[in-house]
Amino acid sequence: MGSGNREKFENPTIEWIDSRLPIFSMLQKEYGVFPTPRNFNNFWNFGAIAMVMLTVMIITGIVLAMHYTGDTAQSFDSVERIMRDVNGGWLIRYLHSNGASFFFLAVYIHIFRGMYYGSYKAPREILWMLGVTIFLLMMATAFIGYVLPWGQMSLWGATVITNLFSAIPVVGDSIVTLLWGGFAVDNPTLTRFFALHYLLPFVIFAVVFLHVWALHVTGSNNPLGIDTKGPQDTLPFHPYYTMKDSFGVIIFLIIYATFVFFLPNSLGHPDNYIPADPLVTPPHIVPEWYFLPFYAILRAITFETNLVMLGGFGLMFMPFFVNTGAFFAKSLAGIKLPTFKAMTPQPIFLSLGLITLGLGFILHGKIPLLTDFTLIDAKLGGVIAMFGSILIWFVLPWLDSHPIRSARFRPLQRPLFIILCVVFLFLGYAGAKSADATLLGVSMSIWALIGTVYYFAYFLVILPILAKTEKGKKLPSSIHEAVLEKEKAKETSAPEAAK
Amino acid sequence: MSVRILLTLFALVILPFNMANAAGAGEKPPAKDWSFNGPFGTYDKAAMQRGLKVYRDVCAACHGLKRIYFRNLEALGYSEAQIKNIAAEYTVIDGPDAEGEMFDRAARPSDTFPSPYPNKNAAKAANGAYPPDLSLIKKARANGADYLHALLTGYKEPPKYFTDKNGPLLDGQYYNKYMAGNVIAMAPPLSDGVIAYEDGSPETLEQYSKDVSHFLAWAAEPEMEVRKRTGVQVLLFLLVFAGIMYGIKRKIWADVH
Repeated sequence: MGSGNREKFENPTIEWIDSRLPIFSMLQKEYGVFPTPRNFNNFWNFGAIAMVMLTVMIITGIVLAMHYTGDTAQSFDSVERIMRDVNGGWLIRYLHSNGASFFFLAVYIHIFRGMYYGSYKAPREILWMLGVTIFLLMMATAFIGYVLPWGQMSLWGATVITNLFSAIPVVGDSIVTLLWGGFAVDNPTLTRFFALHYLLPFVIFAVVFLHVWALHVTGSNNPLGIDTKGPQDTLPFHPYYTMKDSFGVIIFLIIYATFVFFLPNSLGHPDNYIPADPLVTPPHIVPEWYFLPFYAILRAITFETNLVMLGGFGLMFMPFFVNTGAFFAKSLAGIKLPTFKAMTPQPIFLSLGLITLGLGFILHGKIPLLTDFTLIDAKLGGVIAMFGSILIWFVLPWLDSHPIRSARFRPLQRPLFIILCVVFLFLGYAGAKSADATLLGVSMSIWALIGTVYYFAYFLVILPILAKTEKGKKLPSSIHEAVLEKEKAKETSAPEAAK
Repeated sequence: MSVRILLTLFALVILPFNMANAAGAGEKPPAKDWSFNGPFGTYDKAAMQRGLKVYRDVCAACHGLKRIYFRNLEALGYSEAQIKNIAAEYTVIDGPDAEGEMFDRAARPSDTFPSPYPNKNAAKAANGAYPPDLSLIKKARANGADYLHALLTGYKEPPKYFTDKNGPLLDGQYYNKYMAGNVIAMAPPLSDGVIAYEDGSPETLEQYSKDVSHFLAWAAEPEMEVRKRTGVQVLLFLLVFAGIMYGIKRKIWADVH
C-alpha cells in the first residue's frame, strides 16, 4: 500500500487523490491486476456471494433497527408493524430473515469447498482460522437475531441454548446469569441481545477484512491445489473474475429472491408467529436449519462419562495430544519434547483406547472410584461435543498435514470426505427430528451418535493417519498445462461425439 | 456439473427442515386449491367479504383480530363509506378526554378490530382455554389456510381406539382429527346454514370454512399480492441481467478457453 512505486493515473482528479491517499492504486493492485489462478470452478464463487450476503444483511438490518423495539412487551408487535405498516417493511424483513439462511448456505458451501480442495493448508492456515472465526461469530449473531422477534421459538430456543452454558463446571451458572441479566430469559436478555446483534455484524466485517487481507497475501488456492508458477497460470482479477463472480452472484440472488418473494416463511418455524409465552412450552423446540447438524451432535451425547471412559478417550488421542504439546512447547518455549515420529502408534493407541472406553461404559457404576461416579454428565458431554465439532476446524491444518492439497489427487481422502458431507447432512436431518423419533427401528439419538463418531473420527483419526500413509495421485506440473490438457481432451472427444 | 451438486445439496438441506415442521401435528390437512396459491396467486375479494362475515358473525365472539385496521378492509373491495359504516358498528374505548375520563365511541377506519376480551386471562377464564388472536393464525400454523379449513371441518366423534386409550372426552373437549393431540377446546363453531350469505353462495360448512380461511390468509399476509407481483418483476429483471452477464462473461473468457 506504500505510495513509493506508484504508477501515475491519467485522470487528474484520480491522480490528485491517489497521490495523497493511494486508494485507487490499492484497488488496482488488489482487485484489478491481482493475479488469480485461471482454473477456478464455480465453487470459488461463494466467497464473493457470502460478501454480498453480509452486505445485504447489514443494510437491511440497519433499516429494521430503525423500526424495531427491543422490549418483551413490544418486540413482537413492532415486527408486525414493520410487516404491515412500514413502507416496504415486509420486503426488508423477509430479505433479512431469509438472508440469514442464504448467508449460511453460501458460507457452508465456502467452508466445505475449502476442506475439499485443502485450502486450509500451508501457507493459508491463518486465512482458514479467520474463516472459522467468522463462522463462529455468524452463529452467535444468527442465534441472538432469531431471539429478537420474540415469538415462541425465539424465547424457547434462547432458553434451551443459553441453558447449555450452565453445564460448564464452576463458571457455568455465572455465564448464564450474565447472558440472561436475570433469573430467566426475559427483558434484559432481549435488550442485550439486540445490542449485540447490532454490534457483531461489524465485528464480522472486521474479521472478513482480515480474511481478505490474508487471502491477498497468500493468493487463492485452486481446484488442483498446486501453487501458481507464473503469469501463464493466472489471470488478472478484473475483468475475468469480477465478471464471473457477478454472474454467479446473480444466479444466487435468483434463488434467494424466489424464497423472499414466493416462499418467505418456508425456512422459518410457524411457532415464531405466536407471541412468546413463558407459560406455554412448544411441543418441539428446533433451532433454525443451519444449526441442525450441531444440534444433533449436542443431543447425540446421552451417556455419562466416568474416569475409565475419559482415560479411554485420552488413550485414543494420545499421539495427537503428545505431538500437539511438543509442537507448542517447541514453538512457544523452545523446549524440545519427544514426539511420535510416524503415526504408526496411532492404531495401537486407538484400539487400546476403544477397549478401555468400552470397558468403562459397560462397567459404569460398578467399580468404586474408577467407574462409579460421573465425571462428565450427558449435558456437559453434549456441549463439549457441539463446541468441539467446530473448534476442531481451527486445528484442521495440523490434523491434515498431507502434502497434497486437493482431494482430487487423494484417492482415499476424497471418498471419506464425501462421506463426511453426507454424514453432516444426515446430522442435520437427525437434528430436525424430535428426541423420541426412530429411523429403521433405531432411536434417532443412536443414529446421531454414529454420525457424531464418524464426524470426529474423520478429523482426529482418519486425517492424521492418511497424512502419513496415503499415496496421492500424480500432480500436474502446472495449472497452465492441466488447463491445456483438458481443452485438448474436449476437442478430441467433440468430433467423435458428432459421428 | 457443480450446479447440479449445488441444487442437490440445497434440496438435502431444505428437506429435513420441512419434515421438522410436519412433526408433532395432527393428521396432514388436505391441500385446497386456493386462488392465492402459486406465484401468480391473488385473493378472491368476494370470498374474503364472505369470510369477514363469518368472522364477524361467529369467530369474533371469542377471537380477536387486533392487528387489522378497519381501513385495511379496502383490500376486500369495500369503499371508504362502506368501511366507515362497518367500523361504526363497533364501539372502542378512547381517552382520556379533557376531563381525564375514558369514554366509549364508535370505531373509525383508523381503529383496529376491538378484541372480545380485555386481556388474555379474561379470555381464558371465559373459555377454558385461550382463543388465540386470529390476525396471524395462518402463518402461525403449519400448512396455513389448508390447516384452518381442515380444522373447521375436521370435527368427529372420537374413534374407539382414541377413547380406549385416553378415556372419554371431558366437558368442553372435542375431538378433531387435524388438531395436534386431537383434543380441542373449541366447540364446532360452524355448521350448515348458520350464516346467511347475500351473494347466493352455498350456505354450507364447507363454504363457510373456505371463506373464513381465505379471509384469515389475507389477514396474516395482506402484502401477498404486491409481494408476488414484485417478485415476478424482480425475477424477470434478474434473469435478463443474468443473461447479459453470461454473455459478457463468455465474451471476456473467450480468449482464455
